[in-house]
Amino acid sequence: MEINNNKTKEESPEEFIKKNIILTSVDKVLDYARAHSFWPVTMGLACCAIEMMAAGGARYDIARFGYEVFRPSPRHADLMIVAGTITKKMEPLVKRIYDQMPEPKYVIAMGSCAISGGPFAGSYNVVDGADTFLPVDVYVPGCPPRPEALFHGLLELRRKVIHPEVVKGK
Amino acid sequence: MLKEECNITTQEFTLNMGPQHPSTHGVYRAILTLDGETVTDVENVMGYLHRGVEKIAENRTYTQFIPYTDRLDYLAPALNNWAYVGVVEKLMELEVPKRAEYMRVILGELQRIANHLVYVASFALDLNGFSAWMYMFRDRERILDLFEMYTGSRMTLNSMRIGGMPSEFPPEFLPALEKLLEDLPRCFHEYDGIVTGNEIFQARAKNVGKMDIETTINYGLGGANLRAAGLKYDLRKEIPYSVYDQFDFEIPVGKQGDCYDRYIVRMEEMRESVKIIKQAIAQMPDGPIMTKVPKVIKPPKGEVYSHIEGAKGWLGFYLISDGSASPYRLHIHAPSFVSLGAFPEMAKGGYLQDLIAILASIDIVLGEVDR
Amino acid sequence: MEILNSISQKFADKVEVVEGLDYHTFMVEKDNLLDIVSDLKAVFGFNFMIDITAVEYDEYIQAVYHFMNLDEKLIIRIKVNLEKDKPVIPSLVNIYKGADLQERESFDLMGVKYEGHPNLKRVLCPDEFEGHPLRKDFSMRDRGLK
Repeated sequence: MEINNNKTKEESPEEFIKKNIILTSVDKVLDYARAHSFWPVTMGLACCAIEMMAAGGARYDIARFGYEVFRPSPRHADLMIVAGTITKKMEPLVKRIYDQMPEPKYVIAMGSCAISGGPFAGSYNVVDGADTFLPVDVYVPGCPPRPEALFHGLLELRRKVIHPEVVKGK
Repeated sequence: MLKEECNITTQEFTLNMGPQHPSTHGVYRAILTLDGETVTDVENVMGYLHRGVEKIAENRTYTQFIPYTDRLDYLAPALNNWAYVGVVEKLMELEVPKRAEYMRVILGELQRIANHLVYVASFALDLNGFSAWMYMFRDRERILDLFEMYTGSRMTLNSMRIGGMPSEFPPEFLPALEKLLEDLPRCFHEYDGIVTGNEIFQARAKNVGKMDIETTINYGLGGANLRAAGLKYDLRKEIPYSVYDQFDFEIPVGKQGDCYDRYIVRMEEMRESVKIIKQAIAQMPDGPIMTKVPKVIKPPKGEVYSHIEGAKGWLGFYLISDGSASPYRLHIHAPSFVSLGAFPEMAKGGYLQDLIAILASIDIVLGEVDR
Repeated sequence: MEILNSISQKFADKVEVVEGLDYHTFMVEKDNLLDIVSDLKAVFGFNFMIDITAVEYDEYIQAVYHFMNLDEKLIIRIKVNLEKDKPVIPSLVNIYKGADLQERESFDLMGVKYEGHPNLKRVLCPDEFEGHPLRKDFSMRDRGLK
């Protein structure tokens, strides 16, 4: 009886490990896990909040990316999507909510009002942009941005979290 | 056991329902004084979205201000545009062509349906019926598709101009609209099954937050809240503006002015809007869509007040012009601001969970409250 | 129409009719305001108060009121001239409950003081704000928190 020995090759342990085991650092695994499951805190201030709600609806499904868990309490959240005009009366409260979020935390500025004041820039009660008092990671332009634009912003943030060297410039 | 039988002393405490809250429909703050679970006093604090729109109006031209009206009541922008454009046309005494009027009616009534869909969805969501919210938003997307076909934008439409409409309907607009109108009655029937007939919804909304006709008129509430209290009064039938005298539609009226009546009035209004749109498509004549207006709009000196049946009440504009290219003074009479004035009286004496249901049922949007 | 004629007849010496505007407009002195408004509500049926606002002109500040009679479908406008550096006017809170919030807004943005109002404080601008934004000498770029 002929035993066909050509096909079965003994694999060396190194090749076997390369195919089935990944070696990495704890940071990378945690970043990968965080990036695929942001939990946003509900900071919908004005009209952009309605497009954020529509992004959570059935047509533009935000749950397929894993970001549908909107938490009202900042203690359970790690992403703040600032959607809408920030006024002088509201600014200390946005900062307080941001301070209450645990690290690591990220901020997306959605819509032109959160980026730079929008059509109301220069008015007596409007803060010209969220980056005057918060560190913003991703800017999503539009007035209001479409839900697909918000998804593009979220995917850019995901890329930024998985590959932090994009920001550090290595 | 009642408190009197228990021989214990209780103390009232203050609870802050802060501007960041999942059920306040925006950045609205209420300072509640509670005795156990009973609400004894409500003080409302607004102004967290005050952007100074009335002051901005004095620094822009008349046409440049039309996009700002979109952002006032951002759930029904076409109706805001209509109110503003109507007041400038009244001051300049312009005659809008008939075809443009019918186009405005079609866009306005579609916008009313979209606004009431968000109302029903938020009301159900506040009472924790999350899957109901999904159904209404699915159908609202089809209406937003139509708006995108005409203006290019889903929400902030900028869809009307002083003197008429900016452009014609594209050829695929009317067939898509007729297909949507055939599907909508089936969707409303679905909502009746999910929300209206739901035992929990009825138990939480019936006999909650009652207000009779006298008090409603004294507070100055108009629109659907006044009709829910029992008075059959709709500006489209009583003082018809635009071409509303050509249509045949009913006015739904409530019985006792509680949350359930306010909800039923708006559900029926959606069905009536479908009827109006069908009649408008059938009666729309051909012709021009824009009357002759000068390049730089400078109304004559004078003042005028005009209001329409908006999505949340009677939205009015008071305009004073001094003959230049910018308004001298523009005052916006916002129905949601007036509704919040009546809110403390509706909520006093009830439980905390009733307060959430009442706040959801009076239909406010903070962009209009704070301007 | 008869209602408007009877209003002009009843208050003949206290009001001055302004012609040529879209709705009937009456100029009233601020001392007579409460009597005239209570009569409008009780006798003539103008039980729906639409709007309270104020406008600043060169020499004076003018308070403007709109009232509506739902049965007759009539709207009238009442205007009161006030001094620019000290604009004070009686409040309508006891006649119409809806006047509460609207008078607070008019005080906040234009600076008109309403006597007899139970809770006259700012409603839209922040509490530490200084100045009244809708005045003509308030530039839009002012931040009000000097």
